[in-house]
Amino acid sequence: MAIELHPLEQFTIEPLIPIHFGNVDASFTNSALFMVAAVVVASALMVLGSRRASLVPGRWQSLTEIAYEFIAGMIDENVGHEGQEYFPFIFTLFLFILLGNLLGMIPYGFTFTSHIIVTFAMAGVVFLGVTVIGIARHGFHFLSFFVPHGVPPVLLLLLVPIEVLSYFIRPFTLSIRLFANMMAGHTMLAIFAGFVTAMGIFGFVPLGVDVLLIFLEILVAVLQAYVFTILTCLYLRDAIHLH
Amino acid sequence: MDLAAAKMIGAGLACIALVGAGIGIGNVFAALITSLARNPAAQVTPFAFLGFALAEATGLFGLAIAFLILFVF
Repeated sequence: MAIELHPLEQFTIEPLIPIHFGNVDASFTNSALFMVAAVVVASALMVLGSRRASLVPGRWQSLTEIAYEFIAGMIDENVGHEGQEYFPFIFTLFLFILLGNLLGMIPYGFTFTSHIIVTFAMAGVVFLGVTVIGIARHGFHFLSFFVPHGVPPVLLLLLVPIEVLSYFIRPFTLSIRLFANMMAGHTMLAIFAGFVTAMGIFGFVPLGVDVLLIFLEILVAVLQAYVFTILTCLYLRDAIHLH
Repeated sequence: MDLAAAKMIGAGLACIALVGAGIGIGNVFAALITSLARNPAAQVTPFAFLGFALAEATGLFGLAIAFLILFVF
C-alpha cells in the first residue's frame, strides 16, 4: 500500500508581501504574520486585562493576573528576588512562545516555533544576555562557575572541559528542544491525518488517534513554553549566584 | 542496497531513541505517583511535568531525525 504523504508541507514559508533589499529577501512571510499575531494577541490580553482594573477582577483581568503571578512566582522561586528586574524580558519570552505554539494549533495556522532558526535566535539571545549579565556582575570571578567546588585537583582536568562544554551547548539544547517538539508533533498529526483517507472505511481509527494527539499537542505547546522559560530562569540564576 | 531502503532502515534506527524517552517518562510519573501516595500534600506536580517535558524532548530529537530522513532527504 503506497501512501502519498507530505507532512512537512505545513512548514513551508511563503512570502505574503515580497520585500527585497538588493539580494536580501526581507519579505513579509506567513511566519512573520503569525509572529505579529502573537504579539498582537499578547498585547491585547495585557491591555484589555488592565484597562479597567478593579479590586475584584473580571475574566480578562484574572487571566492577566494569573499569567503575571505565574511568571513572577517562577522568577522568585528559581532566581531569587533580584531576578525580578528581568521580569519584563522573561514574561515577554513566555507569552511569545506560548502564543506561537498555541496559534500554530489552529487548523491552517503556521507554527513559527517549528523553525530551528526562530528558536535558535531566541535561545541565542538568552545565552548571550545571561553570559553578559554574569560577566557584568562578577567580572573575572565568573570563570569560577566552570570550576566545581570540593573536587580533587586531578579531577578538575576532566571536569572543567565538561563544564565549559555543557555551558556552551546550552543555546543548542534549548532551541532544539522547542523546535523538535513542535516539528515532530505537527508532523505526527499530519501523518495520522494522511492515514485517514488511505485506510478508507477504517479511517476513523487514525482520526480518533489524531483527536487524542491534538490534546497531547496542546499540553506540549504549553509545557514547552513553560520549560523554555524555566530553563531561562535557571540559567539566569547561574549567572547571578554562580552555583 | 538502494537509497529508499537505506532511508527506511535509517528512520527505523533513529526511532530507537524513543525507547529512552519511554523509560524516562515512565520513571517520572512512577516517582510522582509514589511521592503523592506517601505524602498527598507534596507540591511536586510542576516538577514532574518539567521532567516529563525534558524526557520527552530527548526522544523527540530522534523522532525529528527520523522524519527528516523520511521526508526531507
